[in-house]
Amino acid sequence: MKVPGSLEGFFEQMGRFFQMTGRVFAWTPRPPYDWRELFRQMVKVGVNSTPVVLLTTLFTGMVLALQTFTVLQRFNAESFVGSLVALSMVRELSAVLSGLIVAGRAGSAMGAELGTMRVTEQIDALEVMATDPVHYLVVPRVWASTIMLPLLVALGNGIGILGGYLVAVVLFKANPVSYVHRTFQYMQLNDLLSGLIKAAIFGFLLALIGCQQGFYTSGGAEGVGRSTTAAVVVASIAILISDFFLTRLLF
Amino acid sequence: MADTVKIRIHDLHKSFGSKVVLDGVSIDVAPAESLVVIGGSGTGKSVLLKHIVGLLRPDSGTVEVDGTAVETLGNREITEFRRKFGMAFQEGALFDSMTVWQNVAFPLQRLTKMSRGEIDDRVEECLEMVRLEGVSEKLPSQLSGGMRRRVGFARAVAHQPEILLFDEPTTGLDPVTTALIDEVILDLSDRLKTTTITITHDMESAFRIGDRIAMLNRGKIIAEAPPEEFKRLDDPRVQQFIHGKAEGPLSEEVGGPRDTRDRLGSKAGESEVPNRP
Repeated sequence: MKVPGSLEGFFEQMGRFFQMTGRVFAWTPRPPYDWRELFRQMVKVGVNSTPVVLLTTLFTGMVLALQTFTVLQRFNAESFVGSLVALSMVRELSAVLSGLIVAGRAGSAMGAELGTMRVTEQIDALEVMATDPVHYLVVPRVWASTIMLPLLVALGNGIGILGGYLVAVVLFKANPVSYVHRTFQYMQLNDLLSGLIKAAIFGFLLALIGCQQGFYTSGGAEGVGRSTTAAVVVASIAILISDFFLTRLLF
Repeated sequence: MADTVKIRIHDLHKSFGSKVVLDGVSIDVAPAESLVVIGGSGTGKSVLLKHIVGLLRPDSGTVEVDGTAVETLGNREITEFRRKFGMAFQEGALFDSMTVWQNVAFPLQRLTKMSRGEIDDRVEECLEMVRLEGVSEKLPSQLSGGMRRRVGFARAVAHQPEILLFDEPTTGLDPVTTALIDEVILDLSDRLKTTTITITHDMESAFRIGDRIAMLNRGKIIAEAPPEEFKRLDDPRVQQFIHGKAEGPLSEEVGGPRDTRDRLGSKAGESEVPNRP
C-alpha cells in the first residue's frame, strides 16, 4: 500500500518531534550545564520579545473592553466588563497571543539559526568535536523558552487588564473603584495558574518545533527558508490545537 | 594487523533515496599515512569522510578505526571515539556566533583538560601556523572565504588528534597559502605521526602531500597508488583528471544519476565547482 506523500510527511514530522523531545529530556540532566547559553537564550526569547508582547496584550485588553462594553450594555450588564476582560486575558488570550507572537519571533529565529548551522555543516562540526548538538543547541533554547513564556504572559496579563481599565474608565466613564473591584472579584488562583501553565507548554512547544525544523534542514538557502516558515506555521498550529485540549484538561 | 592498519573501509555502500553515492568502496589506511582522495564533484568523497567519523551510517559494509567498527558504536561511545579525530569542513563550518579565538579554542575546551593559559597559547600557535594573526577577536562573517577555511583548518588540528580529515582544505586559496597548508599537513604526518585523509581537487597539492593517492569515481575507488606511480597509470579516467581535460571518459558520465537530487542531496556536501587540477 502506498502512503500519500503528505501523510508520510506528517508521520515523519511527528516521529521527529517525539524523538527530539526524548533527546531533550535525556540530555537535560547531563553536565556540562551551560548556564551562560541558557541565560543568553532567555534574553533572546524573553527580554527581546517583551515590547511586542506588551503592545499586543495592551491592545487586546483595550479591544476586549470596547467590544464587551458595547454588547453588555444592551442587557445592562456593563458592570461586568472588568471581570470579563480580566478572566479572558488571564485564562486564555494572554497565553495564546504571546505564544503565537514568540513563535513568530523567536521560534522562527531558532529554525533559521539551526537550519543555517545544518546546511553550513556547523552541526556536523559540533558532532565531530564530541559535542551533541541537541545538548548544546536545543536544550538551552527549549528551556529558555519554557521559562520565559510564563513570565511574558504574567506581564501581558497585567498590561491587558490595564488596557481594559483605560478604555472603560477613560472612554466609557466607568467608575474606577468598582471596575477594579469587578476585575478581581471572580478571579481565582486557578485562572491565573492555568494561563501560566499553558504558557510554559506553549513555550516548550514553539522552541522544540523551531529547533526541530532547523535541525532537519536540507537543501541550502532554500531549505533554510522552508524550515523558518515551517517553524512558525507548525508551532502556531500546535499552539492553537493544544490550547483546546489543555483548556479542557486544566479546567 | 592492528598496527599496520589505522582505518579499514570494507565494501562500503551508501545511497540517498534512489541516488547511489558509494557503491562498494574498500580501502585501508596505515598509521601516519597521508592518503589523498581525488575525484570529480558528486562522486561521494565528502560522504566517505563522514562515514569515517560516524556522521553518516553505511547502508552496508564496514568502517573500522583501530579495529573498532564505527557503525556499532552507541551514542556515548561515539563521543569518546571522536576525540581521535580532527576534521576540516569544506566551507570551514565555523560557528558564526563565536569569534575566531572561540572557534579554535572550542575543541580544546571540549576535548582536553587544558588550562585557560595553555588554551590561549595553543590557539595562538595554531593561528600562526596558518598565518592568521590579529584576527582572533573577529567573527567569521568578517573574514574572507580563504581565511575562514584556514581557521577551520586551525580548529581541526588544535587538539592534536590522531586522525585528521580534510575536506578540500585548499580549494579557492591562493597558491602560496595552498603550499603553506600542504607543508603543515606534511609536517603533521611526519612529526606527529598523524594519519591524514585529504580530499582535494588540486592535483599539485595531491602529489605534494600524498603518500598514496586514491581516485573515487561513480562511488568506487578506481585507482590507488603512490604519487609517482599514480602519474603513470594508464587508466584514461585517471589521466583525464590529472591533466584536467574537458574531453574524455569522465565527461561522458556527467549528467548521469547524480542529477536526480533528492532531499538529502545537500548532505552529500559536494560543491559544484568544476575540477581544476
